Amino acid sequence: MSQTVSAAETSVSWPSNGVSEVPFRLYTDQAQYAREQERLFKGPTWNYLCLAIEIPNPGDFVSTTVGETEILVVRDAGGVVNAFVNRCVHRGNLLCLERKGNVKEFSCIYHGWIYNHAGHLTGVAFEHGVQRQGGMAPEFRKEDHALQPLRVEEMGGLIFGTFSGSIPSLETWLGPDVTRGLKRVMNRTPVILGRSTQTIPNNWKLYFENVKDTYHASILHLFLTTFRINKLTMPGGIYINADGGNHYTYAKLDYASEDKEYKDAGLRSESEFRLQDNSVVESVDEYGDGISVQILTVFPGMVLQQVRNTIAIRVVRPRGVDKTDLEWIHLGFDTDDEAMTERRLRQGNLIGAAGYIAMEDGFIGGFVQRALHYNDEGAGIVMMGGHEAESQNFRASEAAIRGFWKHYRALMGE
Amino acid sequence: MTMDDIRYGIHELIGEYAERIDEDRLEEWPDLFAEQCKYVVISRANHEAGMRQGIIYCASRGMLLDRVFAIRRANLFEPHRYRHVIGPIRVKSIAGGVALVHSHFMVARIMQEGPTTLFATGRYIDRIDVSGPDYRFRERLVVLDSEKIDTLLAIPL
Repeated sequence: MSQTVSAAETSVSWPSNGVSEVPFRLYTDQAQYAREQERLFKGPTWNYLCLAIEIPNPGDFVSTTVGETEILVVRDAGGVVNAFVNRCVHRGNLLCLERKGNVKEFSCIYHGWIYNHAGHLTGVAFEHGVQRQGGMAPEFRKEDHALQPLRVEEMGGLIFGTFSGSIPSLETWLGPDVTRGLKRVMNRTPVILGRSTQTIPNNWKLYFENVKDTYHASILHLFLTTFRINKLTMPGGIYINADGGNHYTYAKLDYASEDKEYKDAGLRSESEFRLQDNSVVESVDEYGDGISVQILTVFPGMVLQQVRNTIAIRVVRPRGVDKTDLEWIHLGFDTDDEAMTERRLRQGNLIGAAGYIAMEDGFIGGFVQRALHYNDEGAGIVMMGGHEAESQNFRASEAAIRGFWKHYRALMGE
Repeated sequence: MTMDDIRYGIHELIGEYAERIDEDRLEEWPDLFAEQCKYVVISRANHEAGMRQGIIYCASRGMLLDRVFAIRRANLFEPHRYRHVIGPIRVKSIAGGVALVHSHFMVARIMQEGPTTLFATGRYIDRIDVSGPDYRFRERLVVLDSEKIDTLLAIPL
């Protein structure tokens, strides 16, 4: 955090009505960060909560967060998934301390207030007093109280929630392109191969923009170009939804010719380098469409990636104006044989905190944050590929970043 | 070979491992592994849940060599070094020329600019080939106590 701004102060001012010049103060302003929690994460957006397979049975629950807000997700006796804020209505205590489990009901450790799987208050300790003395005030009714609910929807085995009562359905909100991209990757029942969290020293938006930035990939990530894994000359494109915040980018690879290349000569780089063990990149066209990279984002904080045969969800969790937890959930599918699982595990070296093609994304936002420290006047330039946030059939573009800011400005009212 | 000799050899291997990393002799790090080997860095939570995806998952010595190559030539990160402190080393069993060894570690990370932080704690679960004169890791499982990694993991633990 650099400057302290009083809550009364107005929003960060933009140099124009456009989205190709982005004020640096957006990454450092504490009041802006607080407004984002209200208007984005608790606003009209669909936020990733968990995988359906994590809570297969009635009473199964997971605790998670939407932005900074603690959330409980639970499957009820009828198989319906409910989500609500993990905060007891009585004194605001964190209701559930476990990360996952199975419960008949949720019971607050502080004063024993009890909630069912729908989040309704069903029990209050000593409601009618002790030995006819005390008890809740006569007008108090349990039926009047419930945990703050979220609307819940599921798509492709992923469960999303929103605080908004007015936002359209998940599919309408994602738009047809991003819906198609999500369902393409999540076309089987997933299994979790592992999860980890990277704590990165920067504002959450710097990471989310980085994911949407197809311009930097072949420049910052030397591994990609050293071993010719992803080049901007590969056929591909960018799809951006009408609101701008949801997108996916993809690239196609000639799997057959690459396979022949490995067999003939090993994976040679542009220079003299070659891998000793190619299995970290040896991949199969598991979707049968030649797409080797698909990076999809759901505004404001979820990423679904396919990089060859690594499938992962990334959740961007803001933890202060200059701190972000980035959770990685590595996936396989229930149809995978041992060879496919081993392939995914080996390719897993490409991504995550130690990922050959992800490592730089972990620190680059921290360098930006450091450079902005007490020096956040002015605006960044996001003009590669023009000023608009439209879908494009090339990838040397910052269109998806502009899409993020388009959606951001609309929801923040700036 | 007495049990004490074997124990001494195991201690030397584990000490040598930390020294090669901490003294920035990474090119010599893969030599401490057998040709057929496994090196996995994984969180305790994943390990105990039976999930196999490591933050690093190397299934051959070639993959270790590629890690070193990437650290030196392909990946970018803010320069830093580690200091390993290895705790009690316990030889749990020896069978078929392979010793199962558990040990504890704490690793400090020292950034180029000077800040030193406790970067990782956990334990090593090793399968060490003690059949020949030069002991080598068949498998080194680095089980991290925490699921969180600060910023990134470049240099092996």
